[in-house]
Amino acid sequence: MVITLLPLFLISAVTIGLLLRSWPILSAYSLKELLFGSIWKPSQGLFGFWPFIVGTFWVTVVGVGLAVPPCLLVSIYLAEYAHAFTRSIAKPVLDLLAAIPPVVYGVWGLLAIVPFVETFLAPFSKRWLAFLPFMAVNSPTGFSILAGGIVLAVMIAPLVISVVFEIFATVPNDLRFASLAIGATRWETIRRVVLPQVLPGIIAGIVLGASRAFGETIAVLMVVGNVPQVPGSLFDAAYPLPALIANNYGDMMSIPLYDAALLCAALILLGVILIFNIAATLVLKRFMK
Amino acid sequence: MNSHIQVRNLNVFYGKQQALKEINIEIPRQQITVIMGPSGCGKTTLLKSLNRFLELTDGTQISGQVLVDGQDIYASAVDVTEVRKRVGLLAQRPTPLPMSIYENVSYGMYIHQMRKDKREYKDAVRHYLELAGLWEEVKKRMHDPATSLSIGQQQRLCLARGLAVEPEIILGDEPTSALDPISSQHIEKKLLELKSQYTTVVVTHTLRQAKRLAEHVIFMYLGEVVEAGPAQEVFNHPQQERTRQYLEGLF
Repeated sequence: MVITLLPLFLISAVTIGLLLRSWPILSAYSLKELLFGSIWKPSQGLFGFWPFIVGTFWVTVVGVGLAVPPCLLVSIYLAEYAHAFTRSIAKPVLDLLAAIPPVVYGVWGLLAIVPFVETFLAPFSKRWLAFLPFMAVNSPTGFSILAGGIVLAVMIAPLVISVVFEIFATVPNDLRFASLAIGATRWETIRRVVLPQVLPGIIAGIVLGASRAFGETIAVLMVVGNVPQVPGSLFDAAYPLPALIANNYGDMMSIPLYDAALLCAALILLGVILIFNIAATLVLKRFMK
Repeated sequence: MNSHIQVRNLNVFYGKQQALKEINIEIPRQQITVIMGPSGCGKTTLLKSLNRFLELTDGTQISGQVLVDGQDIYASAVDVTEVRKRVGLLAQRPTPLPMSIYENVSYGMYIHQMRKDKREYKDAVRHYLELAGLWEEVKKRMHDPATSLSIGQQQRLCLARGLAVEPEIILGDEPTSALDPISSQHIEKKLLELKSQYTTVVVTHTLRQAKRLAEHVIFMYLGEVVEAGPAQEVFNHPQQERTRQYLEGLF
C-alpha cells in the first residue's frame, strides 16, 4: 500500500520542489514576461522562454507529424491484416526498437540524419519548396528542427504502434464478423466499424507519443543545433526546453536567478507532460477495462 | 429434390485437427434445413463453410467444393464479398454494429450501393425492419444506438440487416441460443415466415427446435454426416443407429 503510493508521492514532491526552487524567478518576473519573452540573456537578467517553447513545439510537431501516418498504417496492418506469424515477429522487433537507448538514436541522427538534411533535404527545399512557410533554408548546416523531428519520429514509432495495435485488439471480433457477413470488404469493415470505435484511443496513443517526444532530451539535443532563437523554418536550429536544462544546469550558477530559471523550465516541461499523460491515460483506461 | 447448395467432398482442418470429414450433402431450395448433432460435431464448421467464414480463422485448411446454384464458391475467380452478400449469416449472439438502428440496416445496402437516393434507403430500411418484425417497436427511435435495444430486438435487427442486402440463403448459427423464450419464438416465427423466399440453414443443438423448424435434416456426429433427408423420414424412421440414439436422447 505504502509502496504503491510512492510514485504519487514522488510526483508531488518533484512538482512542489520545482515550484519552490523556481519561485524566485516566478516572483521577480510576470508569467507573461517569462513565457513570451523572446530574449534569453541570463547575464543581463533576460529570461524569455519563448524560443525554447517554440523550439520544443516544432520539434514535437514535426516528430509526431512524421511518425503518425506510417505508424497508423503499420498498426492497422498488424491488427487487421497480418498473419499471426508476422505479428509474432513484429512485436518483439518493435519492443527492441523501443529499447534502443536514446543516445544511440542521437549518434545515428548525428551521423546519418544531419548530413542527410544538409546535403539532400535542405538543397531540395531551397530549390523547390522555399516559397512555403517554414520551409526557407537560412542555415547551411543540417542541425535543425527537421533533423530533430526525424530522429524523434523514429524513436516514438514503436510506442505509438504498440499502443494503437493494442487498441485495435480491444474491438471484439464479432463486430468485424457482423460486417464481413453482409459482404463488406476488410477495408470497409475497418473504416466504418472498427475505426470509429477506436478513434479516441488512437488520439490518446498519439498524445502519449507526443508526450514522449516533448520530453526527449539527449537524442534531440545532439541534432537540433541548440541556438536560443525563435526558429522561423524547419531548417533552422532550435533549442528545446529539455536541451536547455540538460546543457546548462550546473554551469554558470553564479548568475542571479539562473538556477531558478532553469528549474522553472523544468516545471513547464513537467506540467505539460503530466497533462498529456493524464489525458491519454484516462482515455485509454476506457478501452482497456 | 431441387437443391440450392451442394457440398462435395468437403474436408476441413483446423491446424492438424480434422473438423469435417468427406462431407457430401444437398440443401433444398427455399426450405428450412436444420443441422443437428451433439456439440463439437462440426455443425457450425459446416455452416460457416457455406459463406466462406472458415477462412477468417488462421490455420484453417479447406478442400472440396461448395456449389451454390452449381457455382463453386471456393473457386479462385469468385469474389468472397459477393458470396457473403448472397449467403447471409445470423450469428449465435446478436451483434449490432456500433451505429444507430437505421444505420445498422442501411449499412449493407450502402456498402453495395444498392439504392439510389436517401428516400429509397429510408423505404428499404422500413421494409426490412417490417420483414424482421421489428418496425413497430423501433419506428420512433430509428436514430438511437442499436445497442439500446433489448437482446431479442437486437437479433431481429441483425436479421433485418442481413435481409437488406438481398441474400438468397440465410444461415443461422444457433440464432436463438442467447435469447429468452419469447424472443426465440419471434425469431423462429420469422424464419418460418421467410422460408418460402429464402433457402434457410439453421444449426441447433436442441432437438425440439429442430422438430419445430426442419423440413430437411442433416445429422452430424464427430465431423461426419451420419444421416440426411426430409425431416419426417429422419425423425420418424431413422436409418442409422446413431441417429436413433440421438433422437431418443441417449447422448
